[in-house]
Amino acid sequence: MYRQAPRLLIRALDGGRGGRLIGRAFSTDVPAASVEDSAFVEAWKKVAPNLEPPKTPLSFMRPRPPTPSSIPSKLTVNFVLPYQSEISNKEVDMVIVPATTGQMGVLPGHVATIAELKPGVLSVHDGNEVTKYVVSSGFAFIHANSIADIVAVEAVPVDRIDPSLVQKGLADFTQKLSSATTDLEKAEAQIGVDVHSALNAALSG
Amino acid sequence: MAMAAFRREGRRFLLSPISHKPSTVARSAILSEEFHPSGTRSISTQVVRNRMKSVRNIQKITKAMKMVAASKLRAVQVRTENSRGLWQPFTALLGDVPSVDVKKNVIVTITSDKGLCGGINSTSVKISKSLYKFTSGPEKETKYVVLGEKGKVQLVRDSKNSIEMTITELQKNPLNYTQVSVLADDILKNVEYDALRIIFNKFHSVVSFIPTVSTILSPEVVERESESGGKLGDLDSYEIEGSETKAEVLQNLAEFQFSCVLFNAALENACSELGARMSAMDSSSRNAGEMLDRLTLTYNRTRQASITTELIEIISGASALTG
Repeated sequence: MYRQAPRLLIRALDGGRGGRLIGRAFSTDVPAASVEDSAFVEAWKKVAPNLEPPKTPLSFMRPRPPTPSSIPSKLTVNFVLPYQSEISNKEVDMVIVPATTGQMGVLPGHVATIAELKPGVLSVHDGNEVTKYVVSSGFAFIHANSIADIVAVEAVPVDRIDPSLVQKGLADFTQKLSSATTDLEKAEAQIGVDVHSALNAALSG
Repeated sequence: MAMAAFRREGRRFLLSPISHKPSTVARSAILSEEFHPSGTRSISTQVVRNRMKSVRNIQKITKAMKMVAASKLRAVQVRTENSRGLWQPFTALLGDVPSVDVKKNVIVTITSDKGLCGGINSTSVKISKSLYKFTSGPEKETKYVVLGEKGKVQLVRDSKNSIEMTITELQKNPLNYTQVSVLADDILKNVEYDALRIIFNKFHSVVSFIPTVSTILSPEVVERESESGGKLGDLDSYEIEGSETKAEVLQNLAEFQFSCVLFNAALENACSELGARMSAMDSSSRNAGEMLDRLTLTYNRTRQASITTELIEIISGASALTG
């Protein structure tokens, strides 16, 4: 009988730890304000009264600050990739994003914008230091409260690019483009040429 | 204290000859053999020994499975943590409206391919079925897209006609964004939708997994909601940078959002599956250990009883000869 005691104690501790949502989880995931969609919870209770309603992403996100009345001095940048959060909540002076219409500079107090990105160079300016990345494509959201979210599929810091491989890739894809027959091949080759020319420009400029 | 426990256990066996557990039935069979009228030494220890061997093997196997799951979990956990930033910009921009009222709903349920992972797949399926009821109504249609073998098996039983697509063997190669985005493209091409709801188990810690539903709206619904105000009301205040029209940009945005959220959801579900398997295998090996202890006691008792009966025979035979 006493043999079971430590096991029961451990089970009780486990249940308690799992039940409480505070402090034991990842630091990237703080359910700071459990803001739930009350309409959803109400409607759910009508359909499935015995089942707990599932949580929604809003309850897992830190709430964003509201739009300030005066223009803030710094821009908060979040730069995320599928496998890593490159920059999170960093305060910088300016960000230049490669939007489809060209390089777009974002300063604090920029108007709220949704921008689609094309392959190019993203540079983050903080005081005197500039960090440059080559991004493949993605989206950039600039919110009214001077927070910029940049979501990219792939990004590489400029100093990690190998120039010889870039030249070789550019030559390869230009050749493929000229010898492409179907639309699909043409599109693929065109994308390759775009990306490699952007890489080239990043290395030189 | 221990002796009282042993005595209680012994009484339990004698008092419950009829029970549903095959183990207790086997034990009572052993005991009935013990009280055989001929008094010869029964070979029931063999039966118990075989049982002990098989239980010991099961314990080893489940312990090994737990170790494997723990090592896999460490790797996937790191990737999941890193991918958590991916869905936050979209929720910050578009908000989260799970109670949106649309005509065509698609429920994407993410489950595992392999079993022995506790109850997470059943939870996901239960929530999917409740969401189906939630979103059904006149002029509305809801369809399922199932990722994973276990979910398919459970949903095919009663909702076979509502399943639009099933995708299995997702984790044959380690999950990466390219594979998931191709999958997302596939789903978007083949399924008409106004709102997509992705159901998965969010990995909170090794012992706790939270069922979560992420809603993604099609560009038309986004326009409609932003015009009517409410949560998406200030979407209109955002300028669209680019030469494309707003509709095109919203279309690209919805597709990109779907692939990003699906990637994160698949990783979280994989993490939860490994964590659940770890705890299931852990409790299984613990149960096997307890069963082994009980069987060892039974084995020793039968062995000692048979030795005692032999001794009694010998001594009574000897005293009959002399006395």
